[in-house]
This record gives sequence, C-alpha cells and structure tokens, in this order.
Amino acid sequence: MIPEIGHFSLILALFLCIFLSIAPLVGSFTGQTLLMQSSRSLATGFFVFCTIAFICLAIAFGQDDFSVAYVSQNSNSLLPIYYKLCAVWGGHEGSLLLWAWMLSAWTFAITLFSRNLPLEMLSRVLSVMGMIAVGFLLFTLLTSNPFDRLLPDQPAEGSDLNPLLQDPGFIFHPPMLYMGYVGFSVAFAFAIAALIGGRLDSAWARWSRPWTTVAWSFLTLGIALGSWWAYYELGWGGWWFWDPVENASLMPWLVGTALIHSLAVTEKRGVFKSWTILLAIFAFSLSLLGTFLVRSGVITSVHAFATDPARGTFILIFLLFAVGGSLLLYAFRAPQVKSISRFDVLSRETLLLGNNVLFVVMSATVLLGTLYPLIADALGWGRVSVGPPYFNALFVPLMAIVCVLLGIGPLASWKKSPLKYIQNLLFKPLTISVILGLIFPAVYGDSYSISAAIAAILGIWIIATTVAEVIHKTRNASSFVAGLRRLTLSFYGMVFAHLGVAVTVLGVTLNTIYSEQKDVRMDPGATVEAGGYEFLFYGVEQVPGPNYTAQRGKIEVSSDGKVLEILMPEKRNYFSGGPSMTEASINSNLFRDIYIALGEPLTGGSWAMRVYFKPFVAWIWLGSVFMALGGFMAIADKRYRAHVKRKNPAVETVQSSSADQVDTDLAGAKV
Amino acid sequence: MHAVRKQRLYLVLFIVAFASIAIGLIVFALRENINLFYPPSKIVSGEAPVNKHIRAGGCVLPGSVVRSDAGLEVEFAITDGNSQVKVLYSGILPDLFAEGEAAVVSGEVTKDGIFKASQVLAKHDENYTPPEVADMAGDGVDHQKTCEVIPYDS
Repeated sequence: MIPEIGHFSLILALFLCIFLSIAPLVGSFTGQTLLMQSSRSLATGFFVFCTIAFICLAIAFGQDDFSVAYVSQNSNSLLPIYYKLCAVWGGHEGSLLLWAWMLSAWTFAITLFSRNLPLEMLSRVLSVMGMIAVGFLLFTLLTSNPFDRLLPDQPAEGSDLNPLLQDPGFIFHPPMLYMGYVGFSVAFAFAIAALIGGRLDSAWARWSRPWTTVAWSFLTLGIALGSWWAYYELGWGGWWFWDPVENASLMPWLVGTALIHSLAVTEKRGVFKSWTILLAIFAFSLSLLGTFLVRSGVITSVHAFATDPARGTFILIFLLFAVGGSLLLYAFRAPQVKSISRFDVLSRETLLLGNNVLFVVMSATVLLGTLYPLIADALGWGRVSVGPPYFNALFVPLMAIVCVLLGIGPLASWKKSPLKYIQNLLFKPLTISVILGLIFPAVYGDSYSISAAIAAILGIWIIATTVAEVIHKTRNASSFVAGLRRLTLSFYGMVFAHLGVAVTVLGVTLNTIYSEQKDVRMDPGATVEAGGYEFLFYGVEQVPGPNYTAQRGKIEVSSDGKVLEILMPEKRNYFSGGPSMTEASINSNLFRDIYIALGEPLTGGSWAMRVYFKPFVAWIWLGSVFMALGGFMAIADKRYRAHVKRKNPAVETVQSSSADQVDTDLAGAKV
Repeated sequence: MHAVRKQRLYLVLFIVAFASIAIGLIVFALRENINLFYPPSKIVSGEAPVNKHIRAGGCVLPGSVVRSDAGLEVEFAITDGNSQVKVLYSGILPDLFAEGEAAVVSGEVTKDGIFKASQVLAKHDENYTPPEVADMAGDGVDHQKTCEVIPYDS
C-alpha cells in the first residue's frame, strides 16, 4: 500500500508542476494576480507530495518490502538500518527521486525566502522551476519508477546494497552533490525569468546571488566528500581520477565559480550582465549534461549504471530542450541588454573577467576531454580514451594563472586601479611568498624540487595577498582588532574561500610531489619502509562482521623504533555475494597520511599490499571545507537579511542605488 | 578611440589571448594523450602499433591467470572470441578482476605481440561491462553479458 501512496504522490506532484509551469507564467503576462499567487501554493504542494513520495520509499526500505523491485535490488534484511535508509539513493531510480525531492525543496525555499521579490518575478522563477520539475518527474515516472512492484513472485530476500556504498561517505556524498547540482537550477530559473521579463538589472543579480553561492558551496562539499570517499574506500589511495563522472561534477563547479564572481560584478557595477546570464545557463546545462553522462552509460566510468537506452534518450531530449530553449531565448533578449558603467584596463572588473575567462576555458577543456571519446566514436575514429595526462597538462598551468590573479583581484579597486597603487600593495606579499616558497623544498624534502617551490610560492602568495587585503581594509580603523570587527561577513566569506583555495592547491601539489607509494608483496614477519616509516606485517586473520566476513591484516607502523599504531586493513566478502571489497586502514594527521590497503592473497600466507605515504593529503579536503564555509558565511551576511526585512520591494531604488553603493561597499567591506 | 570601444577592444584582446593559449595547450595535450583502443584480434593481426601507449580489452581467458612466486608479476590472456593476447602486469589487480570477466588494460604491445600493461582498469559494478568489450559480442546478444557468451576455445 505504501509504495502505491508514494507512486500516487509523485504523479500528483507531476500534475502540480504542470500547472506551476503554466499558470503563474500566463498570469505574469496577463497581470492576473490570482494566477501569479497560485505559484506559491503550487510550489508548496509540489514539495509536500515529493516529500511524501520520498518518505514512502524510505518506509519501503525500512520495512524490507522486497516486493518493490527497487528495494529488492538495493537492500537486504541484514543491512544495518542507517544503510537501509540511505539505500533509497543507492541506485538509479531512487537517486532520481532524491534529485526530484531536492528540486522541490529548492523550489519551496524560493517561496520562503523571496518575500521581497516582486510577484511577477517570483511567479516566473517558480514557473521555470516547475518546467524543470516536469522534465525530471516525467523521466522518473516513465523510465525509472522506484515504486514498481515485483508481483506476484516477490523475492524473499533482497540482493543487497552495493558493498562499495556501505560506508558513511555514502550517507552524505550524494545528497550534498545533488544539493549543488539542483541548486544551480535556481540560478538558471532566475536567469530565464529575467530573460522572459526582458529585465536584466542589478536587482536580478542581487536576488540570484545568495542562491548561487549556496548551491556552489554544497557542490564544493559534495565533490570534496566524493573525492575523500574514493580515497579511503576504493583502496587505490588516489583522490581524483579524471573519471568522466568526476569531470561531470567539476564542470558545473568551474562554471559556477565563474558565475559567483561574475554575479558580484553584475551586482556591484552593472556590467557583464548578458555574460552572467549565459554562465547561469551553462552552469545548469552542465549539471544536466553530467546527469546524462552518468545515467546513460555512454562512457566507461566507475559510476556508470547498467545501460538503458531509453533513459539516455530521454535526458538527451530534455537537455536539448533546456539548453536549446534557453539559448534561443537568450539570443532574442540579450542584445537588448546594455551595460551602463565603464571600467579601466587595470581594475577589479578586468581581473574578474580574467577569472571568468580562465574558469570557462578550464571547463571547456574538461568538457572536450570528457566528450572526445564520444565524438571520436560517433565519427568513426575508433575507440579512444583521454588519459589523466591530458587533463593535468591543461588544468595545472591554467590553475597556476588563476592563483596569480587571485592574489591581485581582491586588492584592485573597481573601475580604475593605478598600477602604482597595486604595486605598492603587492610588493610585500610577493617578496614573502617568493622567499618562503624557495626555502620550503630545501627544508621539507630530501632533494630540492623546483615544482614544489613553484607550488609553495603560489600557495603562500594567495595567503599573503589575502592577509595583505585584510590589513589594507583595516588600515583606517583605530586598531587592527577594531578594524576586523567592522569588516562584513561576506568579506570574511571571500577571505575564507580564497584561503581555502591556497590550502587545496598546496595539498594537491605537495601531495602529488612528495607521495611515496609502494605496491609490495609481503610475507608474514617482513618489513618495508616508506616515507621514513617502517611497516611490519604480522599476517592476516579471518574476522566476522555484521553482514560480511573479513580478512584482516595486521601491520605495525613504527618510526625510529617507536611503535606508532597498528593498522588493520580489511578485505571483505559480503554474504549477499559479489566481489570482495577493500577497506584501507589509514593513520592520519594534518601533515601526512599513512595508508595501507590489502591487495590480494598470494602463495604461502603472503599478500600483495599497498603501502602509501601521503603528505598533505588532508589539506585537499580541508581547503574545500574552507571554500564552502566561505560561501555560507557570505550569504549569512546581514546585507541579505536587511534586504529581506524591507517590506517594500522598492526595486527601482535598488536598481539605481546599486551603482552608488559601489564606492562605499567594496566587495561588502565597509571602508 | 571612443572609451566604450576601447574597453570592448581590450576585452576582445583579452579573450583572444587566453583562448589561443588554451587552444595551443589543448591541441598539444590531446595529441600526446589520446589512447586508442584495440581488441585482441587487431593486436594479433598486427594492426595495433608497437611500443606505443594503447588500450586493449576483452574477457579474461579462464585458467590463464598465473601469479609469480616471488614478486607481484602476473600474466593472463584476454580474448574477444577470435584471438587471444597475453598480458603481463606487475602490481595489484582490481577487486573485480576475475577469469571470465571483462577487463580493460592500458599499456604497450611489445615486438613479440605481448601486451605489457601499466594499468588494469577496474569496473565497479559486477553487472557492468565496458562498452568497448560489450561491442565484441555479435548482434542479437545482450551486450552486458558479452563475457558469458563469447567462445573461449578458439
């Protein structure tokens, strides 16, 4: 009964969305307030029924209702209850339901937090959200219904959740990532609503900015979690593989990063308007493309699901409608957009433009590398694959330029920034970063590494210029602390996010340069050395787990004769069958990880084993957490709350005052 | 020059400069890093280049996996139903590597027609077959089951 309620709610949600995508939009053109006001209740209904559907599926999992096909494929009565509940998004159908539910949650959130939005704009935004929802709900109901029953011969036992997914990382990674993916639909909806209305002003940028920042922050966390999970769960000790699905999440992130910077310029200065709109369209289109790549199985990937051509075709058509439709609308409307203010070559606008161009180029190279195998196959050039060296060769130099510009951008002023002024501000950070950066490899590694020096210079450069920026902003205050208090939260958000970039860049580069990885064959009693640590292998024993049996290795890690920890990597065989799973054992601190994973048993009690020494690896994810935190800080700024409290929308005032505000409100800092 | 035009000019120059750097890098990187895929029969027939980084794939021939007694060296054969290629690899095989299952390897073909793999690719869903390998099954066969239907005794 419960699955039927879920199925029925989902159908109801679809019909509400069909109304939502039409009625308010019509109302906004004919001026019928009633139709426009219906958008709020329709959006709420959409959220309520999606939630009911989602809960119904969760109950089906909780009750081990194996007559539901999806439950029987992804759960098992032996599964711990928290994994049963997470198994809701363990497969294709359920993760689509999660996607739809998040879309409904974002739509509902718009109705909650946009009380200051003019009704006309609100109804258009919600209508666009409704159109996206119609696409996704149709997709779910027609090609991948999670509530399909296996009747009358229902299985007595489920075939279990993929053992790879039975991990705490699985509880958080998909929801975070989806929050980001789906969140970009809000930026998209605002952009399309603005294009429909033909009004692209600074107020528009101001409205869509917090939404974009939140979505971006979630996406950052989602990608970082996925990378961390892959690192400890897959047992290869890598944290990024340039896998098509990773690329699919990276592309919207890159364009999203460009978008949040470009939105800042549009809001503060009223320029780059049409460009910002285009970025919003791209960010969401790339999210959709990511879905297509993952769901259609066209590309060899660790995330690929068994192929069903109908699904791929549906998403492709949906993608064509969404991208084609929005670009067509853009082509008609964008020429009407005029930027009013001007800026000099040396100005923050130019530097942010540089940021935008770089991020879009990076995204384009990743897109090309990801799609090239598909293009080559379609054109009959044979089966090819594009390896990590391609991505590294392009990504690393472009990212280095981004790091250099990142240091200068926040210090430059809007409109015009004399070279002399920038030079004065940058002199100290430059000296500090070059000196410290050159010293670092001499102190840290065994042999001097030039690339480590460059990496350290770039990382320290970002930190030093960010600190210089804080000092510069507080120079007029009575004391440094008093000055710090006067800085706004959104400024701190930027500082945090930029420091996060430095931390991640240092983590990625130093980890790549200084990692020591040994794949070895070890007999019980043998020792091996890596990264200055000694590893003594005691052997492997059989231990039982809740729904598996494990071969557990015992390795004593010591440094200079002192025992540090006994690591116990496992190789698990799940009762429900399937291949064995590798569970790495990691000794971690801020500056290095010691990583051991069991390979396979060899003759005579010896094992193939991965013994890795991974310096600075935690920094990669720590930096991402900083970036996301920065994003959340920026939207917690009282600037947005004050805006919400204002009863009268006063759009015209916002519009005209935004240009005046600029000089007093440099990147949110009250100078 | 008019200020707006000047600004537009800078913008265009800016984009052109970055785009050309990017395109240059892309062309260079793509030329160096595209790995073509060859099924075993093309390697045996000599169509695959020697000593060049390529990828190959097929089903692991049952009974062909031999581990060395000392190190991590392993050899096995992959087949597409018509021809077999011997693969040498040193390292740890992925969890889902098994006889009679699909595998994709990347590495180089030596003069003697042996494939020296630097990487054996893992698949992460036991029901999933890489598209390159799935193509080897003829028409009218469920492509996901390629390795269950191709002849191993040829």
